[in-house]
Amino acid sequence: MSAVKSGLILLVALALLFLSAGSVEARESAWQDWGYVWKVLTLQSYNARLVILSTSLLGMASGLVGTFLLLRKRSLMGDVLSHAAYPGIGMAFLVMLLLGGEGKWLPGLLLGAAATGLLGVLMVLAIRNTTRLKDDAAMGIVMGVSFGLGVALMKMVSNLPQADAAGLNSFIYGTAASMIFGDFLLILVVTTGAALASLFLLKEFAILCFDESFAASQGWPTLFLDLAMLGLVTSVTVVGLQAVGLVLIIAFLIIPATAARFWTHDLRGMLALAAVIGGASGWIGSSLSALFADFPTGAVIVLVAAAIFLVSMLFGPARGVVPRSWRHARLRRKVGRQHLLRAAYEILEGQQPDVAEPIRNLPIALDSLMTHRSWSAQQINRLLRTARNEDHLEEAGPGQVRLSEAGFGEAARITRNHRLWELYLIRYADIAPSHVDRDADLVEHVLDAEVVDQLESELQDRPSSLEVPPSPHFIDQRAESQAIHRKA
Amino acid sequence: MKSFVDNRHAPADGRPEHPDNLPLAIHDLTVAYHRKPVIWDIELNIPEGKLVGVVGPNGAGKSTLLKACQDLVPKTSGEVHIYGAPYKSCRSLVGYVPQRESVDWDFPVSALDVVAMGTYGRLGWFRRVGKAQKRVAMDALERVGIEHLANRQISQLSGGQQQRVFLARALAQDARLYFMDEPFAAVDAATEQAIVTLLKELNRGGKTCLIVHHDLSSVTRYFDWLVLLNMRVVASGPTEEVFTRENLQKTYGGKLSLLDDVVDRLRHVSS
Repeated sequence: MSAVKSGLILLVALALLFLSAGSVEARESAWQDWGYVWKVLTLQSYNARLVILSTSLLGMASGLVGTFLLLRKRSLMGDVLSHAAYPGIGMAFLVMLLLGGEGKWLPGLLLGAAATGLLGVLMVLAIRNTTRLKDDAAMGIVMGVSFGLGVALMKMVSNLPQADAAGLNSFIYGTAASMIFGDFLLILVVTTGAALASLFLLKEFAILCFDESFAASQGWPTLFLDLAMLGLVTSVTVVGLQAVGLVLIIAFLIIPATAARFWTHDLRGMLALAAVIGGASGWIGSSLSALFADFPTGAVIVLVAAAIFLVSMLFGPARGVVPRSWRHARLRRKVGRQHLLRAAYEILEGQQPDVAEPIRNLPIALDSLMTHRSWSAQQINRLLRTARNEDHLEEAGPGQVRLSEAGFGEAARITRNHRLWELYLIRYADIAPSHVDRDADLVEHVLDAEVVDQLESELQDRPSSLEVPPSPHFIDQRAESQAIHRKA
Repeated sequence: MKSFVDNRHAPADGRPEHPDNLPLAIHDLTVAYHRKPVIWDIELNIPEGKLVGVVGPNGAGKSTLLKACQDLVPKTSGEVHIYGAPYKSCRSLVGYVPQRESVDWDFPVSALDVVAMGTYGRLGWFRRVGKAQKRVAMDALERVGIEHLANRQISQLSGGQQQRVFLARALAQDARLYFMDEPFAAVDAATEQAIVTLLKELNRGGKTCLIVHHDLSSVTRYFDWLVLLNMRVVASGPTEEVFTRENLQKTYGGKLSLLDDVVDRLRHVSS
């Protein structure tokens, strides 16, 4: 929360600083290094500054609004909105022309865009509610038809002899470079609105997105909240038309939010990060497109956002691909190691002639280890190599291994955890002793000291010493008899 | 519509009605989706302080009944009174546990955040969750025995733990009447036991709970009042009186052929 707030304050401060301060060159020497960075990023020209700040602010707003849109599972509504907004621009142009105006008055055009955009969303809802068509079909229809209508209207308008409709087409792909101070103010207002909504309606939006019927049962006006959210999406989309264009605005709404989700499991964190990612995409994207002239701003911004998304998807700690597969690999290694040690321990148990005697750490035949869990030669070799590297195991003559002291202790601990868990399952989960081995197999590897403590207190009649309880089920007799046979 | 309904299986509680004091009094309630009736002509009076099992086959309208009581689905006809008042003027008396599958557990919130949602109704507009709300949520998590998971993201909880989070959220609502939609569905044995303990505790505190339930074998152990539902109320009353072979036959077995026929025709006309 405070991250959103301070981010917003920082950006507004920066905006005022840049628009009022004029040239950066006049700064003192302490600012020299920063000044150089800023020179590159802001390109020293008023226009570039305006564009960069506007797109950054727009990015923050789309990040915030996009997060709610994503969590409400209405991402594609943004696409419907932007496509349906297109004919609105042509219509507004015509209407303003008929009223005797110039036609290209931007607020009027955007108002028209917002009106038809909302109409498009309502049409999707109407189609869905009156027919049995699903959302995707309804969206496809409305998107295609309204865009077609928009194209036809634009052609018509540009053929009017008395009107200068040049530039209206720029709403398709966006022309950030032509933005003026008024556009910046408009974007500032929309961003402020989005930030305020994220601050003060956070719990209302959260409960609506997470559990609509629970929200309704508490008396929250879900329709009104949905409309408020739709209003935010509409304003971001419409003011974004000029900067990134109607085709790409959807990417700007969705990508920062989805990228942020890879880094955090917390809604506040996700909002803050989405705003930062959106803002950074806008900043970097428009800087790049200004550095390399002729690069369309909207496209570069979206590509920058996509790059951030890719990095997030791969490395985001909350659910990125790399951290996750790394965790999986680590668990797999741990499982393999523990299985090997427990197998060794169970074989040693089988070799012991008298149950009352403590278990002795004797050499174990590789064959009996392999048959104990039906490992392949390749698997067992890999496991043995790891165990040897960890000093759990050592060679003991041809075809035989022996547990090290550390390995023996670890094996006893693992076997004990396994048995405790089995006993727990048998007692409290009514699992048959013959099935319990497999069920316990999956869980024993994630038992930490705390859970083991709990298990011990649940199974209080067990001796509290570190002694390993006997297995509650038969361990593969073949493996045991083989082991005994070899020993003999 | 009403003329098709036979009223042979009107409420069987046979007690004098005091709708003003009852936690839940339903009169003549019908709900239809796409003109297909889901529950039909429900008459139900639930006395205070009971653990009420709502039992019936799939599609019998159990969830719809719970939703209709809380104005979550539009009523085609009929009235619901909660402690003698319409739902919208006594929301704070009601706690709700929706079906676990009804939400996306991937949502980026912690168990504590979800439970704190129970306090939103009292908190009101714009005000943020503070220490007091977090304490309420923490207490509720403790009562369902998963306070140690408070900060865990909800997708990292097991099904049983998720169900406990939902129960804790309802506890945080601090209600007098609870609607619970299949809290026992697909939970582990430990969670089932924890839920039963919690229900008995609520019961001792004089709360009334309406619980949609599937497992007939545990009905007599869990509930002291039973509502058998199959589109209409087949029977309602103390469990030992209502839980009879004949009533179950009516609920699950015997097809209500006339009703089915009419429903079929309605569906045909409306599609």
